[in-house]
Amino acid sequence: MTLAKRIIPCLDVTAGRVVKGINFLELRDAGDPVEIAQRYDDQGADEITFLDITATSDARDLILHIIEAVASKVFIPLTVGGGVRVVEDVRRLLNAGADKVSINSSAISNPQLVFDAAHKYGSQCIVVAIDAKRTGDNKWEVFTHGGRKPTGLDVIEWARKMAEFGAGELLLTSMDRDGTRSGFDLALTAAVSDAVNIPVVASGGVGGLQDLVDGIRIGKADAVLAASIFHYGHHTIAEAKQFMAAQQIPMRLS
Amino acid sequence: MNKIVVVDYGMGNLRSVAQALRHVAPEADVRISGDVDVIAAADRLVLPGQGAIPDCMRCLRESGLQQALLDAVRTKPLLGVCVGEQLLFDWSEEGDTPGLGLLPGKVVKFQLDGQLQEDGSRFKVPQMGWNRVRQAMSHPLWEGIPDQTYFYFVHSYYAQPDNAAHIAGETLYGAPFACAVARDNIFATQFHPEKSASAGLQLYKNFVHWNP
Repeated sequence: MTLAKRIIPCLDVTAGRVVKGINFLELRDAGDPVEIAQRYDDQGADEITFLDITATSDARDLILHIIEAVASKVFIPLTVGGGVRVVEDVRRLLNAGADKVSINSSAISNPQLVFDAAHKYGSQCIVVAIDAKRTGDNKWEVFTHGGRKPTGLDVIEWARKMAEFGAGELLLTSMDRDGTRSGFDLALTAAVSDAVNIPVVASGGVGGLQDLVDGIRIGKADAVLAASIFHYGHHTIAEAKQFMAAQQIPMRLS
Repeated sequence: MNKIVVVDYGMGNLRSVAQALRHVAPEADVRISGDVDVIAAADRLVLPGQGAIPDCMRCLRESGLQQALLDAVRTKPLLGVCVGEQLLFDWSEEGDTPGLGLLPGKVVKFQLDGQLQEDGSRFKVPQMGWNRVRQAMSHPLWEGIPDQTYFYFVHSYYAQPDNAAHIAGETLYGAPFACAVARDNIFATQFHPEKSASAGLQLYKNFVHWNP
């Protein structure tokens, strides 16, 4: 009897639809968010993360309707990230039915946002997303804007600071691995997981099922997030869970 | 008609609780309300809660709902969820906060620093994710839910009932702790049934039809 490790499929959402890119270039419509979320729920997903990749504020409000629609049909935890700038954004997403809100760039420009949101709504619903890029041996720097903009912040120090500020979870993405299908940056994941006392979700680079196992076992992650291996139908979440359970990783099998 | 009120005292996301209730009981009248009269007229109550317990207790007091809740719970079935479970006890270590005193016992924080899980990874606080629930008693709210079913948890504090007879379910996180408690017409869970897929919906369904 032990806490299960989690598998979290991630959906990119813009203008009310789930989209998927091919090598992050060409965005294609992948379908209705409610249908896709229900499919993942049926397959045994432990949570679902929605990433709002919308650039305009007009389209941004659509994510609220999507979360409302999904939350009325899918009864597992929902995390929403992308474009969260002020505490009011957190409130609106939670009211729409999100269980956790992920804060990325705004945490860097305004760390107080994480503190205020965690103290107002509880650490359990505040996730800080960290985009990390390797800069040397066991050294990583926090980047923003999809890995284009360096911040000068050391990832380990930043992770510790965000945990102190009240983050309840860290979503850690390796920008070096993201989209490469070559597996998580395991050294990065383990270094962050060892540095903080809050759960760490590993993200970026999953190409196959063994990568998920390695993320938990070697990377010491509490949960693994993946997009393309599930979206493109390479594997179902149920298959991934069976594969991981067969290697003695505690999983919730339905 | 079965009138179910999700008690709104200004804390947390009540929508998902109401949606789960509507999903399992489309024929019921499910309302989110902080109105004393609506609570008094309800057939059954759900008390959710999120965030810090001192804030939850303060909101309960300031909204005038504390007494309404204490009156209602003398006769009506009550389901407490998460901080709504913790509120039922005498006292919480979080902010040295007195609770509603409906169940004898206290609420304490996980102390798991330096301990490792079975697989060698360290314990994280909050406990966030799916864990198994051992049913410590037979109870109408466990109907149709297999023993050792996974439920979704997210919490840093947990209840320690004084009376072991009030423990309805236990979960292991470092050590076994009471994750579900029951007394007479009260049932409460530390986990979130509204986020626990089909098992959680079954629990809500059982609550909707429970006549203690």
